[in-house]
Amino acid sequence: MTQILFKNIDMEGLNSIDVYESQGGYKSLEKAFAKKPDEIIEMVKASGLRGRGGAGFPAGLKWSFLAKDVFPRYLACNADESEPGTCKDRELLEKTPHLLIEGIIITCYACRIETGYIYLRGEFQHASDLMDQAIEEAYAKGYLGKNIMGSGLNLELYTHLGAGAYICGEESALLNSLEGMRGEPRLKPPFPAVEGLYGKPTVINNVETLCVVPWIINEGPEKHSALGTEKSKGTKLVSVSGHVKKPGNYEVVMGTPIREIIYDMAGGIRNDNQLKAYIPGGSSTPMLPASKVDVLYDYESIQAAGSMLGSGALIVMDHTVNVVEATLRLAYFYMHESCGKCTPCREGTRWMWQLLNQIQEGTGTNEHVDKLLDISDNMSFKCFCPLGDAAVAPIVSGIQHFRSDYDELIKKLTTDTVAG
Amino acid sequence: MFIFTQEDENKIDKIVKKYPVKQSALLPLLTLVQRRDGYVSPEAMRAIGEKLELSPGYVQSVMSFYTMYHSEPTGKYIILFCHNISCQLNGADDLFAYTGEKLGVNGGGTTEDKKFTLHKEECLAACCGAPMMRINDTFYENLTKEKIDKILDSLP
Ligand SMILES: Cc1cc2nc3c(=O)[nH]c(=O)nc-3n(C[C@H](O)[C@H](O)[C@H](O)COP(=O)(O)O)c2cc1C
Ligand code: SF4
Ligand code: FES
Repeated sequence: MTQILFKNIDMEGLNSIDVYESQGGYKSLEKAFAKKPDEIIEMVKASGLRGRGGAGFPAGLKWSFLAKDVFPRYLACNADESEPGTCKDRELLEKTPHLLIEGIIITCYACRIETGYIYLRGEFQHASDLMDQAIEEAYAKGYLGKNIMGSGLNLELYTHLGAGAYICGEESALLNSLEGMRGEPRLKPPFPAVEGLYGKPTVINNVETLCVVPWIINEGPEKHSALGTEKSKGTKLVSVSGHVKKPGNYEVVMGTPIREIIYDMAGGIRNDNQLKAYIPGGSSTPMLPASKVDVLYDYESIQAAGSMLGSGALIVMDHTVNVVEATLRLAYFYMHESCGKCTPCREGTRWMWQLLNQIQEGTGTNEHVDKLLDISDNMSFKCFCPLGDAAVAPIVSGIQHFRSDYDELIKKLTTDTVAG
Repeated sequence: MFIFTQEDENKIDKIVKKYPVKQSALLPLLTLVQRRDGYVSPEAMRAIGEKLELSPGYVQSVMSFYTMYHSEPTGKYIILFCHNISCQLNGADDLFAYTGEKLGVNGGGTTEDKKFTLHKEECLAACCGAPMMRINDTFYENLTKEKIDKILDSLP
């Protein structure tokens, strides 16, 4: 099976530049610098690489939207990794920081960017320290700094730590946070490619997205677009967590059956229990029932099944789970992380959490469920940023597929009341 | 009284140089103080504001947005205990309760001897090692009661 990102991931010392170079690391730079920046953008377009941070937007296309002839431009690498269930970027950052640096250098060359920031969530202090060390090594070897390898590219690269706020993973909130403000989202348009960091054209990409770029340069875009399905090219890191025997990050070729990921790669369900539900792409994506275990892991198949590939976090639940309890935890999360800027999200997340809490505690009624759906309706596509839609996803999908879990808790009320 | 040491000043110079606009150094400076003192006092907010030409009120409004900053002293070790979905599915609630009981801070808080501050936390991106906690900068994964005992008892 093709491994683009994880081929050497467990190699001893891979985070040091010497070991990384001995494995062919930084070799793509020479190839990239032999081409014109625009040619690199065309290659990435042709590769079919889509953003791995959640939205799946084609990377090369995004780069081509940069406002023409406006400089300076910036790169912000999104290493916020705060979507519940997702832990793949941390593994890349800690184990193969030079791969990210290599991807960033090529991206900055292609987009004619001279300053890049890696925005890491505040809890990634350790990963940030390792990254700083790697950046220092890269400067010492002349891969960063002035006129890199005689290419004419000047590039300064820095890490920047956040301080605990899920919303800072949203790209415009990230930019505000990087500018020393509260991490609230900005109105779009203008999109960051036109007016981003400090009002200048800015490329924002996820860690995993940038890490794929050197492979595309080395192997050629055709090889990348030959992997996967019609609309989902290449491989995807999938964080498999929850009730599996071997939780972990697995690199899968797009289009791999979810059954294979859960049962072969991750070893199947703990205690050989029955699969009940899974969340395919992180907490913001609708959950799906076990009957959909043969869906293929790619953007279009998961969408056809009623959910999204998102950030690639496959959260597995066995038959012992009551979906209400799991949903309640996510509802709490979205309430806690709502930035408070817009009313439907600020009020809606709180209200939904309260209703779910009552259902969980056995004081809910059918009207509570109706109300949940009603609030969801009033939030979907009506909030300032996509966090509002994310908050609704587990609730609506949970009711849709596991209404009986709700009924169980609601019925309890009636019998208890009768008995009492 | 709050003062930046010479070492701090050197670090601050380096941080501020990373950005074309001074204000971008706000979070890094708050982090610097928080790491040094365990919290950010009103005097520290003022000092940071002076460095970056920002009002203390502004510094506070930004600081209050982010959960990792504390305006009150905390324990020597800050334990962030993840209770989000993957950890919940793997028994985090029981282990959190166990830890709270062990430290004598049920539901979270700072121990009387100021050694530990226990916090329930949202997903920390270690879901494949659930259940997990972070103590200061270190992640501890695949927790059990025995493992928690061993970790907490070994901290000086
Ligand atoms: C609430 C919210 C949280 C997000 N969190 C992250 C995150 O932690 N990491 C990330 O890469 N993208 C996150 N995103 C997506 C970013 O806004 C953006 O689409 C992405 O960083 C672009 O990079 P890509 O095109 O390479 O995927 C989040 C989006 C939203 C709405
Ligand atoms: S949807 Fe929620 S997170 Fe997004 S801007 Fe509104 S309040 Fe903030
Ligand atoms: S859910 Fe606990 S680390 Fe992600």
